[in-house]
Amino acid sequence: MSALLTAGKIIDELRKCGITHLVWLPDTESQVVWEAANGQPDFTIVPVCREGEAIPIAVGLLLGGKTPVVVHQNTGFFESGDSVRALALDLHLPLLLLIGYRGWRRNSPITDSAAIFTEPILNAWGIKHYLLESDGDVGKISLAHKEAHETQRPVVVLLGMEIE
Amino acid sequence: MIDSLEAQRVISQHRGDAIVVTTMSTNFEWPQVSTNPDLDLMFSGAMGKASSVGLGLALARPDKKVIVLDGDGSLLMNLGSLVTIANMAPPNLIHFVFENKVYRTTGGQPIPDAGRLSFTGLAAAAGYANTYEFADLASLERNIEAVLSEAGPTFVCLKIVTVRERSPFPLTTFRSIIPRFRAALQRSSPPE
Repeated sequence: MSALLTAGKIIDELRKCGITHLVWLPDTESQVVWEAANGQPDFTIVPVCREGEAIPIAVGLLLGGKTPVVVHQNTGFFESGDSVRALALDLHLPLLLLIGYRGWRRNSPITDSAAIFTEPILNAWGIKHYLLESDGDVGKISLAHKEAHETQRPVVVLLGMEIE
Repeated sequence: MIDSLEAQRVISQHRGDAIVVTTMSTNFEWPQVSTNPDLDLMFSGAMGKASSVGLGLALARPDKKVIVLDGDGSLLMNLGSLVTIANMAPPNLIHFVFENKVYRTTGGQPIPDAGRLSFTGLAAAAGYANTYEFADLASLERNIEAVLSEAGPTFVCLKIVTVRERSPFPLTTFRSIIPRFRAALQRSSPPE
């Protein structure tokens, strides 16, 4: 099956959003985006050891006037939950997150609990989310970024497949 | 051993226009000695993440020094941040850890490996550019200018008197000071 979601399109869309920093722990879905972003002069990549670090680093960047995006997997989103609660949500900060949607399937039963719990948790926390499945969806990144700023809340873009 | 408030008084006297990020016990003590409260970020919630917020600020504002007043129990919750900070190597970040060997805000329970663990050793091994350890106030006073002027990231472990009484939580909430903090940062922006 040919790639439907390509790293270059995602990078272009992040550039349109004025993203300055990618705070990142690589995962299966987004690894190619890392490779595409690495070395780009207009992005600084901030690698983290554990996903829970990513939100407070992004908050520091936001407060300092930069425009970060947090990138990690849904498993890492669970890990960073208290930071999402205490910082992005409680402080009303416009944070964009790209989250690898491990286990998500459109045309077959979802059996991975990482995928089973992702959207219910986002919904429980009142976090708006969008699903990317193909290059035709990448405009949702800008939409999510705009919405995060309009609502002063975190907004999630779920990467619904491995990117090529 | 150093009295926590006295250590903060020394840091405050030399902080100039640096950003200061506090957490847990220092949230309550630092406002008593701060000379520049507009650039103070009292950080509570998401325990252990003050060093990470400080890293983000240091990367965003390389023109300003960023001082983090961390706790030993807090740092243990976010030890990976030592590696992340060393990897990004912001020269303007000074990371103090107040090693009082207890979780003071919950009544003084001992932190794991208290007294045997070397925070300075961990920071040095992670790759901080400079590491210091002070066990008396006079040593801190003698060295504070050098500590704050070196190209970082700089790590400073302060051996603090163990106090088991719970520190009160500050009345000011993190969220309420953010508009003031952001405005102060914007006022102090470097010319374009």
